[in-house]
Amino acid sequence: MGVKIKQSFAANVFDIINTVFLVLLALSCIYPFWETLIVSFSSLKSYLGSDVHLWPTEWSFAGYAYMLSNKDLWVSYLNTLFVTIVGTGVNVVITVMTAYVLSKKNLHGHRILTFLAVFTMMFNGGIIPTYIIVKQVHLINSLWALILPTAITTSYMIIMRNFFFGIPKELEESAVIDGCNEIGVLFKILLPVSLPGVLTITLFYSVDHWNDFFNAIMYLNDRSKWPLQMFLRSMLFESDAAYASGGESLFLLGQPMKMSAVIASVLPVMLIFPFFQKYFTKGILLGAVKG
Amino acid sequence: MITDNRKPSVLTYFRKHKYLYLMLIPGILYYAVFCYGPMYGAIMAFKDFNPLEGIISSPWVGFKYFKQLFLLDKFYDVFFNTLSISFTRLLFGFPFPILIALLLNEMKRGKLRDTIQTAIYIPNFISWVVLGGIMVNLLSVENGAVNAVIRFFGGKPIGFLSDEKYFIPTLVVSMIWKTFGYNTIIYFAALTGIDSQLYEAAKVDGAGRFRQLIYITIPGIIPIIVVMFIMRIGNIMQAGFEQVFVLYHPGVYGTADIIDTYVYRIGLQEGKFEFSAAIGLFKSVINFILILVANRLARIAGEEGVY
Repeated sequence: MGVKIKQSFAANVFDIINTVFLVLLALSCIYPFWETLIVSFSSLKSYLGSDVHLWPTEWSFAGYAYMLSNKDLWVSYLNTLFVTIVGTGVNVVITVMTAYVLSKKNLHGHRILTFLAVFTMMFNGGIIPTYIIVKQVHLINSLWALILPTAITTSYMIIMRNFFFGIPKELEESAVIDGCNEIGVLFKILLPVSLPGVLTITLFYSVDHWNDFFNAIMYLNDRSKWPLQMFLRSMLFESDAAYASGGESLFLLGQPMKMSAVIASVLPVMLIFPFFQKYFTKGILLGAVKG
Repeated sequence: MITDNRKPSVLTYFRKHKYLYLMLIPGILYYAVFCYGPMYGAIMAFKDFNPLEGIISSPWVGFKYFKQLFLLDKFYDVFFNTLSISFTRLLFGFPFPILIALLLNEMKRGKLRDTIQTAIYIPNFISWVVLGGIMVNLLSVENGAVNAVIRFFGGKPIGFLSDEKYFIPTLVVSMIWKTFGYNTIIYFAALTGIDSQLYEAAKVDGAGRFRQLIYITIPGIIPIIVVMFIMRIGNIMQAGFEQVFVLYHPGVYGTADIIDTYVYRIGLQEGKFEFSAAIGLFKSVINFILILVANRLARIAGEEGVY
């Protein structure tokens, strides 16, 4: 460093406008969630009485009270928790193992196996044939239909493989000399040093499961198997009359009740996020390079 | 003297690396059943599918379903809708995160910049169902915040989600809003990877910020832009099933019904499996060709390509 150039007036103006613009942009990403939070704590009367909701004019916890007593919400919450925890576990183990083997460039069949995996990103059989397969392996109306047909996301597998490429060979060789087999090398030696990669794909997989709606609408008809997103869609978008499963008139609770369900569903994602955040920039970048 | 330069036999090789191949089994099973299975199953588009007989023994009917398809006006509608949503998204949504990454890069390093970065990628981690619910709330004609602002400036409230004229722009803007932050991070990470000595040298030569941007920063991220572009081309036929499915309604089918939503409705709800498999196959083939073309173009332009 050391070369200090005095900023021109134009450069200063640019800096100010730039900062203001970016701050406004960031606010546009935050505000919808803020408004949602505020509406969820407002009484229906105060919600209907104004357009912009920066702060509750009349506090109410009726929405949350209704939500907490709603059995459908809890059932769907548990379904989603199951799919997210078990599904992410399955994802990460299978992805890491596959990525590790495909990171061995000398292995017999390395080229063809890599090609077969990458090819699935370029071509797929389509929605209906996939549905038929899922049906043939008896996963329709099973929570496993949200786990097994998406066991590997190929782009995440590539992220992981690229991480393994970056690890010095010597590390592995010394472990082999110590009598470790390849499974041991992977889990004891390589995983600890590829922690950023593992955490990145863990975050991605778990968010994908938490937010998964596509697989549920395809493969689950049984309401008792519905994950959170299906429950939310039914509640947010079907008419109040169609939803009135509990007999209670949702009409009277309206938007604040709906927004409290939204908050309940995004809370875990928002809470878990800071823990992963510092790792995943590197992970994203690695994923964006060559397959 | 006899030298033994035979390669070790395949069997010894497998035995030596048995753990590696063992670890590959779940992955191979997954790809075989859930990726290559459906690819094989797609031949049902050429058959009269009978669920009891299965795909293999169902009788061949050739291009029957494709002929039906190409005679159907609705098919051209959904095909056109898919492309028009995708291209609009590409046109505005592709450059936007590059611009934002460049602007972020011009900002002073520090807490504010980090906070902005975090804020802009939050929407990417929220589901379309939730964002849809939030949008209905914000964009409501009666008491949504956005229409309140429009009314404040003397405008007439807009039915962003109910009016067919505004539905697609709303769809595209919200898609860009959800995803730009994530893509910005990718470009931004690439920007921070540019060798800082280049900038030092440019400063010594008297280059100002703008010339540094043109001669160092932008060339530095061209490779990643090319990779991202190929990826986007590969997604052109994906107009965003979840988003459309959550937000659309019969009132906007004319412009918002895309291939995937149509396949879902006629395939899974009306049970026309072969017909909808034919549409799906058509879509996959177009998609595949687009990826190959984009990849080839990248190579011709002297970049590496993705595949």
